Amino acid sequence: MSAFYALLFTVAFLVLVIGLTKKIIQYSRVPAPLKIPVTPAPLSKGGVAVRLAKEAILFAALFRSNKWTWLFGWMFHMSLFIVLLNHLRFFIKDVPLPLVLLQNVGEYAAFTMFIGLAGLLIRRLFVARVKYISAPSDYLWLILLMVIALTGIVMRFVSHTDIVAVKEFSLGLLRLNWQALPTDFPLMVHLFLVAVLMILLPFSKLLHIPGLFFAPTRNQVDNPREERHIAPWAAELDAEKNKVQPK
Amino acid sequence: MADFETPKFREYPTVPLIKQDEMAGNGPFISRAEFDTDLGYPGELPDDWKEKTLDKMGDLLGRYRSLQVFMDSCIKCGACTDKCHYFIGTNDPKNMPVARQDLMRKVYRRYFTFAGKYFPKLVGAVDLTEDVLDEWYNYYHQCSECRRCSVFCPMGIDTAEVTMAAREILANVGKAQKYSNQIIQKVYKIGNNLGLPGPALEGILEDLEEEMEDDCGVPVKFNMDKVGCDALLMTPSADFFAEPHIDGLIGYGKVLHELGITWTVSSKASEAANFGLFIGSYDNIQKVSMRIREAAIDLKVKRIIFGECGHAWRVAYSFLNTLAGPFDFLDQNYPIPQHILEVTYGALQDGKLRMNKAENDHLTMTFHDSCNVARASRMGDQPGGQFDIPRAVIQASCNNYVDMDADTIKDATFCCGGGGGLLTDDLMELRVKGALPRMEALKQVTEESGVTNIAAICAICKSQFTKTLPYYGFEMDAIMSVHQLVSEAIVMKGSEQEKELDGVDEEEAESED
Ligand code: HEM
Ligand code: HEM
Ligand code: SF4
Ligand code: SF4
Repeated sequence: MSAFYALLFTVAFLVLVIGLTKKIIQYSRVPAPLKIPVTPAPLSKGGVAVRLAKEAILFAALFRSNKWTWLFGWMFHMSLFIVLLNHLRFFIKDVPLPLVLLQNVGEYAAFTMFIGLAGLLIRRLFVARVKYISAPSDYLWLILLMVIALTGIVMRFVSHTDIVAVKEFSLGLLRLNWQALPTDFPLMVHLFLVAVLMILLPFSKLLHIPGLFFAPTRNQVDNPREERHIAPWAAELDAEKNKVQPK
Repeated sequence: MADFETPKFREYPTVPLIKQDEMAGNGPFISRAEFDTDLGYPGELPDDWKEKTLDKMGDLLGRYRSLQVFMDSCIKCGACTDKCHYFIGTNDPKNMPVARQDLMRKVYRRYFTFAGKYFPKLVGAVDLTEDVLDEWYNYYHQCSECRRCSVFCPMGIDTAEVTMAAREILANVGKAQKYSNQIIQKVYKIGNNLGLPGPALEGILEDLEEEMEDDCGVPVKFNMDKVGCDALLMTPSADFFAEPHIDGLIGYGKVLHELGITWTVSSKASEAANFGLFIGSYDNIQKVSMRIREAAIDLKVKRIIFGECGHAWRVAYSFLNTLAGPFDFLDQNYPIPQHILEVTYGALQDGKLRMNKAENDHLTMTFHDSCNVARASRMGDQPGGQFDIPRAVIQASCNNYVDMDADTIKDATFCCGGGGGLLTDDLMELRVKGALPRMEALKQVTEESGVTNIAAICAICKSQFTKTLPYYGFEMDAIMSVHQLVSEAIVMKGSEQEKELDGVDEEEAESED
């Protein structure tokens, strides 16, 4: 069993890293031939960084758009962020003080994460417009994350798992020195689904994570009158154009 | 003619319920082969249409980062679902921006992604059939490429980019739209969208000069093809004869005259509009833009000024320098290109224009932000200048001004309903229904603040409003050009208006005799 999970996680990790890297390379290679920031847009690179940070951290556009979706979505993501930070303790030998302190603050992040996900699921099921645009995979993502959160909660608050052993296992993964894993049921489910999530991420809508930062509508500087912006594939047309010059 | 019902004003602007297939149909007239071939398209469905479609789609995915990223990054959060005026006006769920994108995304997933190749049902991927193409044709011609949805999308997904790509793909398999392609062909053959030949245009401009002389007693010039002027004026051809567009043109004429800027239009490039944008064709956008470069060179001007037109200003502001630049042969002290509102606003700031606002006292104005100006361009040197400058110019020309509801203006503005190549009679039902949210906001200010008229800075908006206002119980001439207000209020030196205003001058002048 431990060997299966060790293998699974090694594969999952590779798929995640290679898959995501390939996508990021693809996104950066495809040219953005014309300036299309949605205006008003920042006039400098610094301004663009602020704009993107506001979207990534506060979900600013979503906030303008729909307060309920924002509430549940933001709650889910922020909780997820805290949960993931907390999980670093499984991968770092000597946990630094800030992370230890976060343990207390982050105690209940699992619950807010679950509530956020539940809110999004309810919206998806009961708002006709959102239901209309949902494919089976859209529900499954929410359910998958809810089960991950739920099994986590069970491990933490109901039937504890041997987290020292889990830490040995995950540190072992990093060091390519596979260790035994406790085999209680919640942990098996938790880890299996986490591996599924990692494997599917580069092939799914979870590509919104890099996608957000690559959207030309948000990441371009508003300076088209000052600077030209020629895509490599348009260079030939451009050269042709340059023949038209004042005599 | 109208075999549809004008939507009722909603008591509360709640989100509409969905009505499946409300706008199913064949879409606007398909282009004729002759228009297509001039633009470089096949003009009929080829036998290998399926491969051609997928090839073109792959090609565009490799050329446009926007398309590639947007196909992947939609999270199906639904935030955009109630943001499109065509959805609000028609209730057809395929007019929800995400559903519109999904028409293409479903095919993208089927042929270009692992998940869709092996688990199509799971991720909602579909096979490409001719029915799918017909559905694309119909619904990608129910999007005015206004970008309102992208403002509200947490991922910044711009449906307009998807629509443009879809139209480009469709054109490559013989399913181009007649209206847009015919117009582009006219631009190439005659010089403008309306097919107005040079001599006719010259006649119109001469009449305008005479009219000006009679009205104001000042020789305001409307030149055509005059070499050596300061500026080339690029303005939508509707400005040459349609109402209220032409009143705007008169306004530009007066402002430029007053500032001593000599200007000319070009018969070869007598059109600011660039429908290449609407059909999503880089080649055509560029080809249409190149006319401007050529005209500027031929006429030896120092600057290029654009008249009131929304998408033309987008292409000018955002793309012209890239597509037809560098303009190192023009005077670098002015923005290249410059919007007429930037000229007027600058002059007002510097106190170079005398305005008699009382001329417009019978009006209470509001302003319709045109989508392409609001969300795809800028004016002035600060972000948001595209909102402030037109408002400042209106308020310098008129005492009474009220904004519409904050959710319907500036970057949240609702499209007039006729943008993006949809301003054609065969789409009248869509145009009227799509105007609903704008009409509701207008209705509100007419009732609450006594607004009498609405000003716009886009030829398409103006034409669309002229047609759709009556459907909603407004007068068709409630729509005005911003420079029409300027034209009414401006007091040119030596004009009849000046004499009237300063009374004394006239007498003095007489006594001196
Ligand atoms: C930079 C990091 C991220 C940003 C900025 C981000 C942003 C967003 C936004 C704005 C939404 C739409 C609103 C909502 O439904 O919450 C969303 C949805 C979603 N995100 Fe993220 N996200 C990030 C990372 C992640 C990660 C790491 C995961 C999962 C492991 C994830 C899973 C999801 C899911 C499943 C949804 C869909 C929710 C639904 O079905 O309604 N996100 N994300
Ligand atoms: C290799 C990766 C992971 C391992 C080894 C792991 C392991 C564990 C363990 C042992 C617990 C119980 C903690 C305790 O008893 O104190 C737990 C809790 C939890 N896990 Fe994971 N987990 C992993 C990844 C994830 C991921 C990716 C998510 C979210 C998508 C997640 C969400 C949770 C939640 C919400 C809890 C409960 C609250 C908490 O302890 O923060 N886990 N996990
Ligand atoms: S770009 Fe405008 S018309 Fe097109 S889907 Fe978005 S909101 Fe609707
Ligand atoms: S708002 Fe953006 S991410 Fe959300 S469903 Fe619409 S297009 Fe997709």
